[in-house]
Amino acid sequence: MEEIYAKFVSQKISKTRWRPLPPGSLQTAETFATGSWDNEENYVSLWSIGDFGNLDSDGGFEGDHQLLCGIKHHGDVMDLQFFDQERIVAASSTGCVTIFLHHPNNRTLSVSQQWTAAHYHTGPGSPSCSNAPCTGVVCNSPEIVTVGEDGRINLFRADHKEAVRTIDNADSSTLHAVTFLRTPEILTVNSIGQLKIWDFRQQGNEPTQILSLTGDRVPLHCVDRHPNQQHVVATGGQDGMLSIWDVRQGTMPVSLLKAHEAEMWEVHFHPSNPDHLFTCSEDGSLWHWDASTDGPEKSLLFHQGGRNSTFLSHSISNQANVHQSLISSWLSTDPAKDRIEITSLLPNRTLSVNSLDVLGPCLVCGTDAEAIYVTRQLFS
Amino acid sequence: MEEFDGEPTVTWIPGLNSQKKQMCFDWGPGEMLVCETSFNKKGKSEMVAGCPFIHIIRKDIDVYSKILRKLFNESHGIFVGLQRIEEELTGKSRKAQLVRVSKNYRSVIRACMEEMHQFAVADKDSASGRQFSSQVSILSAMELIWNLCEILFIEVAPAGPLLLYLLDWVRLHVCEVDTLSADVLGSENPSKHESFWNLVTTLVLQGRLDEARQMLSKEADTNPTSAGMCRVLGDLMRTMPVLSPGNTQTLTELELRWQHWHEECERHLQDGTFASDPRLESLCKVLLGDDAALLEQKELLSNWYHFLVARLLYSQPTVKPMDLHLYAQSSLDLFLGGESSPEPLDNILMAAFEFDIHQVIKECSIALSNWWFVAHLTDLLDHCKLLQSHNLYFGSNMREFLLLEYASGLFAHHSLWQLGVDYCDHCPELGRVSLELHIERIPLTTEQKALKVLRVCEQRQMTEQVRSICKILAMKAVRNNRLGSALSWSIRAKDAAFATLVSDRFLRDYCERGCFSDLDLIDNLGPAMMLSDRLTFLGKYREFHRLYGEKRFVDAASLLLSLMTSQIAPRSFWMTLLTDALPLLEQKQVIFSAEQTYELLRCLEDLTSGRPLCAEPDAQQLQEDDIETTKVEMLRLALARNLARSIIKEGSLEGS
Repeated sequence: MEEIYAKFVSQKISKTRWRPLPPGSLQTAETFATGSWDNEENYVSLWSIGDFGNLDSDGGFEGDHQLLCGIKHHGDVMDLQFFDQERIVAASSTGCVTIFLHHPNNRTLSVSQQWTAAHYHTGPGSPSCSNAPCTGVVCNSPEIVTVGEDGRINLFRADHKEAVRTIDNADSSTLHAVTFLRTPEILTVNSIGQLKIWDFRQQGNEPTQILSLTGDRVPLHCVDRHPNQQHVVATGGQDGMLSIWDVRQGTMPVSLLKAHEAEMWEVHFHPSNPDHLFTCSEDGSLWHWDASTDGPEKSLLFHQGGRNSTFLSHSISNQANVHQSLISSWLSTDPAKDRIEITSLLPNRTLSVNSLDVLGPCLVCGTDAEAIYVTRQLFS
Repeated sequence: MEEFDGEPTVTWIPGLNSQKKQMCFDWGPGEMLVCETSFNKKGKSEMVAGCPFIHIIRKDIDVYSKILRKLFNESHGIFVGLQRIEEELTGKSRKAQLVRVSKNYRSVIRACMEEMHQFAVADKDSASGRQFSSQVSILSAMELIWNLCEILFIEVAPAGPLLLYLLDWVRLHVCEVDTLSADVLGSENPSKHESFWNLVTTLVLQGRLDEARQMLSKEADTNPTSAGMCRVLGDLMRTMPVLSPGNTQTLTELELRWQHWHEECERHLQDGTFASDPRLESLCKVLLGDDAALLEQKELLSNWYHFLVARLLYSQPTVKPMDLHLYAQSSLDLFLGGESSPEPLDNILMAAFEFDIHQVIKECSIALSNWWFVAHLTDLLDHCKLLQSHNLYFGSNMREFLLLEYASGLFAHHSLWQLGVDYCDHCPELGRVSLELHIERIPLTTEQKALKVLRVCEQRQMTEQVRSICKILAMKAVRNNRLGSALSWSIRAKDAAFATLVSDRFLRDYCERGCFSDLDLIDNLGPAMMLSDRLTFLGKYREFHRLYGEKRFVDAASLLLSLMTSQIAPRSFWMTLLTDALPLLEQKQVIFSAEQTYELLRCLEDLTSGRPLCAEPDAQQLQEDDIETTKVEMLRLALARNLARSIIKEGSLEGS
């Protein structure tokens, strides 16, 4: 983790996402998208970390990322997802959901489809509705699911003008994030510490399952599903705790790991190397969690800062009935056996790290200090 | 009485109605001044009564520059880092740290300047291009001043090394010579290039003697007649004693050797060694530090501080810091020669040479258009313990005053408020109060932003602000009909009164619709239920419904009764509760014991006897009363029957 490049971009970055690689491609990632927030004018931008012919031989520039193109975005970019290679879905604080199309030839972005007022409040007595921020979006072509502060869940299709399915009042509090579990099931997290699983095959606006943290109703801000084991889910909360859940059993998390000192804004399993997990937080830190068990003498270690991370494990079940080989390293609940190595990736603390994304050996993250950090050697 | 340090700037307000003979202005939110005006940007000149528009004047407009934002963000990181290197470091290592910090600040200014320069070149002719290039010159002046302050106040270079630092300083800022050098060396025949001698002279003036010698040898190669002279002058340059950083020689040794060398130069001039070539002769005079010869090169020197350094190099190489201002003053006078008066930049540099830090900061505050420079420089100098004795008659001390001034500019900006927070944090006296006032004024557009503001407040135990933010969010949620959200926010704020209000809304909705909304929240209240009585009632009442739904009638019944007897339930809700008891009374088995039935009766009597009689009941009132009376009758009947059944049951149980 020596080579990490920072670039100041004059806008607060709320989201960073790698463009997916074409299937079967052997390239490494080289294009990513960012969204900004809290500026008078916000932008969705595309950046490239590829080598440019016109750059001089000055070694310092090699890993630097260059702006490819950008487009004005109405409202804060609350979430951003690549729909496919060319299309990006952006969620806005105005309640609008937009698909942007990237034209690689003339290096521009354009609006290809828009659902205005996808999320809205209905005020008491007044027929006019005010827009509610859309807080999360997830894509699984051709479907797009959005959630918002209005507690509403929308299911869109890229080729449909209207929402295919809307669940009004799905949640009494704010929904913060959404992810696909197994199609057509989705999983949402809300601001009272609950995970809810929804099945679009069922009518009505009741979730099929509710899982929750006990007691304090600490808001959950982010969620990610294990790429191979679809029942394993990681969430991050307001208190900076990382929770690992097994949605097949129990209504409580399998383990709670004390992590950051403030809100955990995003959590991501590494897509092809899921023993590795990445988290970022309001406290300005970005962590790499390594639960791979190949290292012979790894114990729960924290490399930088010397802060010990305590492992609070809830032994709910011993999973004697589960085949040993299938157990994810994230689900083994014996603290003595658990070996997770944690590395802090950013050199010095800055303002909040709002978003991160990993793809292959590349990582990108964006901060409120208006800097984008990129590294291309995650596992060196 | 305070005095003005210069004329206040005049801002013209377009479209001001001078007939009204009054100008109304007021401080707006943040750092802005708003004035009424009838000026219309769209150009339509409608006559409207009064002043339909306001003109906004902002202070510290540099905050709004897109490129300078990088400077603010990057230097914020350096600033925070500087506040962390504290006391434990002493002496050398501390000084080294501070110098490094200062260099970091300068490199950020430089990076910003370069980017700005690119923009200025890119659109040279437009107004924005001109604005960029004026910004470039401001940034370059800032770096020049900062660098000098670094040498004099932070590095505190002693006699000897001082001159080396000053040479570096001049070389860094008078850098046209490098392009000139590339130009000359790139030509086919360098020594015949029209600027060849200018280049050689400038190199000598900057003390880059090795390069100057190489140039001279080129001249010697192509011009055999002057080869001898060039060699002699080259030798003089080579043998000039200089202080090298790793060397252990003392200053006295150096001075002695330098004196010898100086005399040798003098001798060559007297002997007329270079008499046949005026160009070489004038170079020799420069080496002797001759004022007149130096001033002849005014064009090449371009400014007085370059003149000063060249003069010192060849006449006072071991100048002491304390004597610097004498040479600086005379150099300035000689260089300007009474033709023009010193500019603000000259005054600032002169103040630095005089070691008058306060004057430097004062002049900079007046001359520069932003607070960034003075705030950061003052803070750094304060960390060097150079400003401690100075107190202002306003605010607390100069460092804090300037930092807060800068911070309030950041808070006025739409997105830079997060940077301002850290600056307030490091102002021990007034920082906290200032932060409290600013943080309340940040518009909360989304919950995400609100959470960030909340985190700032919670980390600093600003309970009052936390309460007010949560209340704003709860209020917003109520207005948007999001009761669940409203309740969570009031629980987070521990705001009992608001929780009661929201609970009442829930209960009202229940009475109207007959079912609860937002069960996911109400069912999971936990200990938060204790926040207010009404909330407790809401939670318990919902629990009653759940028990009833699960057909746990006995538990449900005793819970229902306890809600009334413990006075948790509001009086207005008792009738609903008693009505809820009806189906329980009508069950096949006996649920309420005789004891409990008496209690229920007492509750019902309390309720009916306490009711005031209306003097003039209207029709609707009468109808409502009618329903009410029927309800009471039904309840009485059910209670009486239940009492009978329970007495029989209890009696028979005892008997058996």
